[in-house]
Amino acid sequence: MSILVNKDTKIIVQGFTGKEGTFHAEQCLAYGTQIVGGVTPNKGGQTHLGKPVFNTVKEAVEATGATVSMIFVPPAFVADAVMEAADAGIDLAVIITEGAPVRDMQAAKAYAVKHDMMTIGPNCPGIITAEECKIGIMPGNIFKKGNVGLISKSGTLTYEGANQVVKEGYGITTAVGIGGDPIIGLSYKQLLPMFEADPETEAIVMIGEIGGDLEIQAAKFIKENITKPVVAFIAGQTAPKGKRMGHAGAIISGSAGTAKEKMDALEAAGVKVVISPAEIGKAVKEVLEAKKA
Amino acid sequence: MNIHEYQAKQIFQKYGVPTPRGIVATTPEEAVKNAEELGGNIWVVKAQIHAGGRGLGGGVKLAKSLDEVKQLADEILGMTLVTHQTGPEGKLVQKVYIEEGADIQDELYLGVVLDRAREMPVIMASTEGGMEIEKVAEETPEKIVKVAVDPAIGFQGFHGRELVFGLGITDKAEQGKFIKFAKALYNVYMDNDAEMIEINPLIKTGAGDFLALDGKMGFDDSALFRHPDIEAMRDLSEEDPDEREAGEYNLSYVALDGEIGCMVNGAGLAMGTMDTINYMGGSPANFLDVGGTANAETVAKGFEIILKNPKVKAIFVNIFGGIVRCDRIANGILEATEKVDVNVPVVVRLDGTNAEEAAVILDNANIPNIITATDLGDGARKAVEAAKGA
Repeated sequence: MSILVNKDTKIIVQGFTGKEGTFHAEQCLAYGTQIVGGVTPNKGGQTHLGKPVFNTVKEAVEATGATVSMIFVPPAFVADAVMEAADAGIDLAVIITEGAPVRDMQAAKAYAVKHDMMTIGPNCPGIITAEECKIGIMPGNIFKKGNVGLISKSGTLTYEGANQVVKEGYGITTAVGIGGDPIIGLSYKQLLPMFEADPETEAIVMIGEIGGDLEIQAAKFIKENITKPVVAFIAGQTAPKGKRMGHAGAIISGSAGTAKEKMDALEAAGVKVVISPAEIGKAVKEVLEAKKA
Repeated sequence: MNIHEYQAKQIFQKYGVPTPRGIVATTPEEAVKNAEELGGNIWVVKAQIHAGGRGLGGGVKLAKSLDEVKQLADEILGMTLVTHQTGPEGKLVQKVYIEEGADIQDELYLGVVLDRAREMPVIMASTEGGMEIEKVAEETPEKIVKVAVDPAIGFQGFHGRELVFGLGITDKAEQGKFIKFAKALYNVYMDNDAEMIEINPLIKTGAGDFLALDGKMGFDDSALFRHPDIEAMRDLSEEDPDEREAGEYNLSYVALDGEIGCMVNGAGLAMGTMDTINYMGGSPANFLDVGGTANAETVAKGFEIILKNPKVKAIFVNIFGGIVRCDRIANGILEATEKVDVNVPVVVRLDGTNAEEAAVILDNANIPNIITATDLGDGARKAVEAAKGA
């Protein structure tokens, strides 16, 4: 089992024939992901990577029955692509592109919500169900199948966390990179109950960072709704206030959004909080062994 | 990206947000000419730097004659202004804004920012103008009125009513003026892809008019491509030269005050690396994200920028190779050490795709100041030790 995507999920790629879209679609196909086609305006009717290309998402959905779209279009066109996917009846859009304007994402997300389309990202590595379906840019080989769910704002920390979990002898059910922009799609609060309901997931790793209050919302939610053990790391304990740390959303505004307030809230909710990401694997082992005992 | 007060006010005026009249100057002579052009008998000479607290730092002064304008402009231009937001090193003043004096009856606060939890812009207003809004939020949160505006419907009448009744503005004419002001400011925010706007203080004059006495604006960097007019307002002298240089190479750099230089791929892992160094008893000298496509050139540039900081005693290169293969990065590091004189110990942790090949490359190169590490914790520990030994 897994959450959101599996070996049967049918996926189209928006921005299929571009450089990034091509490279990563190829990697996803090699992983076994069911990419059934792609969309590039004015290239409809062509074949790319052995899959059909369509002019619009609507045509692609009608012809292939795809339910998920992986979006690689340039930043200025992200909002348009997301809204097109929502309008065409896509269930989940995974937005990889970095650098989409905040105002655009605000409008696109509001439209997606109105059309019952879930979104992941933007500016994220994507989602992977280990050894079944990779939708994004993560290195598939580190995600061995197992019993740990992972939710992370950071790409490389997702890989770091998954790698440690695997090195401890466990593995991953599904890992979701939710992105570090000020406005993102699915977040901890929506993903945690999915992992709670997934019979194969026995523990959850959540990786957050400074800025915003999604981790605080998650802490409240965990306290009331999550029975599976959760391990958390919050990046940016040593980050200065008022400075943007790489991600558009990773900024402490005034005294809000610090790592400490998030760590405190999570700890108070019964989460095992680690001070260094180097401890994630060990902490997962601890909570899983405690569960067995 | 941030802009100066005088630039923010130029944008305000285009949208009908009322401000006092003013003209920017770079010399005392120009300041006098501007004051003459504005007319009247009282002017404010205001230092233009990207930091708040200018008044307290001595960068905003009142002049009651043209001679005084000249004298104050002379004093302020070229001064290094230190405020609570500039840090102890202060900022050099290169421009002054000459503004007509205003008849201040009340000082208010008005700002627009993104409410990340509600995912829409929120207008914040307060009767406590002139004070830092952070402080008001902490001490007397009931004195801040917050009205979120859904961009799908835009600024409606009820948003305006919530603001004026929340602020206790009872005069009908004043209510109308304030609502018009707030609506225009919301339009400034939306049309220009602003990240934040702050008017502190917004004043009410004796005649019952509202004026933006100050103006601060920041923009969404990701949206600047569609605002060449705003991009043209960029003042490079206000930006940290190292951060700017890093940006030109698509590196994201923030200077800190510790001893261990960090070079990492990915923003989250870069912060996590700093945190781990701190956890192991060391102190990070910087945040540096070399991005997902690290190559020899970017790695060399990273070393160069890190080593500009004389406090750096060791460097920790922490790369988790995903799509980027570690053997390529190892070669990049070797090439970089040929280009740049790296005179401190460098701890290298390469994990992920092709990590074993990378270790062989580094071992064979046999460079004395390169220390290899097996994982994040090991690397951070070795970097802290290396910095202490140096």
